[in-house]
Amino acid sequence: MNFLFGKYCQTQLGLKRLPNLLRNLILAGIMACLLAIVGISQSWNLAFSLLNMCLISAIMALGVNIQWGYAGLFNAGVMGFAALGGLAAVLISVDPVRAAWAAGGQGLLFGLVIGVFTTCSAIFAWRRLSNSGSKRYWITILLLVVGFATMRFFTDPATLAIEAVDAARSGYLGGLGMPIMFSWIIGGLLAACVAWIIGKISLGLRSDYLAIATLGISEIIIYFLKFEDWLTRGVKNVNGLPRPVPYEIDLQNEAWFQQVTSTLDVSVVDASSLLVKACYTGIFLAVLLAVIWFSETALRAPWGRMMRAIRDNETAATAMGKNVQKQHLQVFVLGSAVIGIAGAMLVTLDGQFTPTSYQPLRFTFLIWVMVIIGGSGNNWGAVLGGFVIWFFWIEAEPVGLWLITFLTSGMEPTSWLRLHLIENAAHTRLITMGMVLLLTLRFAPRGLIPETKR
Amino acid sequence: MEGSLNSMALLANYILVPGLAYGSQLALGALGVTMIYAVLNFSNFSHGEIMSFGAMITILVTYWFQGLGISVYPLPTALIALPVGIGGAILLCLLLDKLVFSFYRQQRSNSVTYLIVSIGVMFVIGGITRFIIGPDDRNFNDGERFILKARAFKEMTGLSEGVAIKSSQAITVASAFIVVAAVFWFLSRTRTGKSMRAYSNNPDLALLSGIDPNRVVIIAWVITAGLAAVSGTLYGLDKSYKPLVFLHLVLPIFAAAIVGGVGSPLGAIVGGFVIAFSELFITFAYKKMAAYLLGDGVLGDGLLQLLSTDYKFAVSFIILVIVLLIKPTGIFSGKSI
Repeated sequence: MNFLFGKYCQTQLGLKRLPNLLRNLILAGIMACLLAIVGISQSWNLAFSLLNMCLISAIMALGVNIQWGYAGLFNAGVMGFAALGGLAAVLISVDPVRAAWAAGGQGLLFGLVIGVFTTCSAIFAWRRLSNSGSKRYWITILLLVVGFATMRFFTDPATLAIEAVDAARSGYLGGLGMPIMFSWIIGGLLAACVAWIIGKISLGLRSDYLAIATLGISEIIIYFLKFEDWLTRGVKNVNGLPRPVPYEIDLQNEAWFQQVTSTLDVSVVDASSLLVKACYTGIFLAVLLAVIWFSETALRAPWGRMMRAIRDNETAATAMGKNVQKQHLQVFVLGSAVIGIAGAMLVTLDGQFTPTSYQPLRFTFLIWVMVIIGGSGNNWGAVLGGFVIWFFWIEAEPVGLWLITFLTSGMEPTSWLRLHLIENAAHTRLITMGMVLLLTLRFAPRGLIPETKR
Repeated sequence: MEGSLNSMALLANYILVPGLAYGSQLALGALGVTMIYAVLNFSNFSHGEIMSFGAMITILVTYWFQGLGISVYPLPTALIALPVGIGGAILLCLLLDKLVFSFYRQQRSNSVTYLIVSIGVMFVIGGITRFIIGPDDRNFNDGERFILKARAFKEMTGLSEGVAIKSSQAITVASAFIVVAAVFWFLSRTRTGKSMRAYSNNPDLALLSGIDPNRVVIIAWVITAGLAAVSGTLYGLDKSYKPLVFLHLVLPIFAAAIVGGVGSPLGAIVGGFVIAFSELFITFAYKKMAAYLLGDGVLGDGLLQLLSTDYKFAVSFIILVIVLLIKPTGIFSGKSI
């Protein structure tokens, strides 16, 4: 009897948990079906490139979720960290430009040393003069201005010299010539270092000030990447980054590949590009699973409990002896590192680094929509959000166009209204995203997969 | 003597005149942001898109007027279309408040929820604006281009440096002055304005004194929408209208509001000019000025520029970050953090 009763309890418990799991599985299944529909109705190539971008978006969303879902930090600087990851991809994988190093490397390094020295001395002065009134401001400003003027005295000619080296093809220092996969780790580290500085500066602020400050800092990062040609080639972009997977053209020339495609009776060109994309999918999936494993483990661990405690009631957590500021800094750095990794992966997938492509709408606010829709505080929710939102962000364009063409099919084919509507159909995706966000916030504020109560 | 006059003219032409115009646009925007912050207590990220929406309506009405042949030359037609733009923006804001924001007010949501909601609103309005008018650049200034041409100034004064004043700049400064004066008069002299200030200071106490919170909120939206439409149109007249710009304009506007002290109307005005002038001062190349004052090439042949012009927009963010670090309450100590 007891045995039966125990079993009854277990099944009851199991059933209680089941609807959640079932719902999650159904949601994941719907997502898979959507991708499959794209594969069948449009092309499998498109479906796989969508899937790859979905995976990267999911990792970015996980990074934001670590900051927002775990700790309640509003980081509106996602774009900046993603771009730093991209920068790492360039700096690690591209071959060094020896002529540029010879032309201006020395001056640049010397300037860099002066810059670091200036910053340190300014911080030192700021700390030492904490109770000497307005003198504090003047001395710090003087130190900074003189220091940076000296720095520019050395770096300006050096950067000019570097940018003059074969400007059409290089004109920058290049990278280290290492495998590009290595840059994912470095991208994470670089983003983490910058996040540490930003966190030190701005984490004491109130939540919406933090959002504005991080948004501003991310813009500064993008401006830096856009205009410091010696480092990033700026708006000239860096093209042709090395790949971690084989090139299509090499695959097409392989005998075994031709054999396989002929036995399967598919075109060699399609199959090669599909295989390349599938390779990316495999690698990205591995990274995503690793990140999820780490974040789920962390969330279950005492660390995760502490984070939730801090998020839900800072005062109580402080009273329990937790160092809230330190933990906020830690979680901010961790989340930014994940975003940096995703940024490096994105540039690897694209094979090029274009600083102008970093727009806050696409890289900050869209990622936020993913986290909110997916369910903040739940890692699986963030992943699902990344998939769903990226899918609709891309597919809203053809669907919107189709919808408008359909709705206006009754009008004159040359009517200006119809032409105008069709021409601007692409912008419906902004409206769609906004509406989805607003409706979710209103009617399901916990998202598609709500945070589980632990 | 002539050297110093010339350098003054140089400064007036490249810093004073554009700075006044850009500062007025920022100040109007920041005043709107600060108004919403003071009354509803959140940072309204959708403000830029409301500006864009108001400007769009003004532009469409301008085109319509142009088609009808109505014009007020030498002033741009947009000035008589502006009331319609303001009306459109007000309707939009009231609708938004009714459909979106009022729900969260009842829930007494925290400011971050509001912030995320306003991002959603930003997406929707941005999409609607682009859907209606398209993403292209539009120049709708059909008035007289210049009030004072550089050559006329040179002939008048005999200096080798000219000062040019675009009519759009003069219109911007003048209308900003009128609008700001009206808003300040409203806030300090009328009963409704006083009740708004009371509500912003202490909502519960205001409620107890018989102030209707809904009315205060509606008036705050009306003023914000009006300011947004005016500043958006002025920005479009002065530069050119492009929907994409307004997303980026939000940041300098926030910077202006925070530098001045969020929630303080006077702070918003001062902040706008601080941001505008520091952008120009820091990225101005002082080479020519040094040549006038000290003689050619005394300070070497560098441009004598603190930061390259590329970083013009970054300056406002840098100032924002510095202010947030040193004095988060801003110059005029608005609502504290």
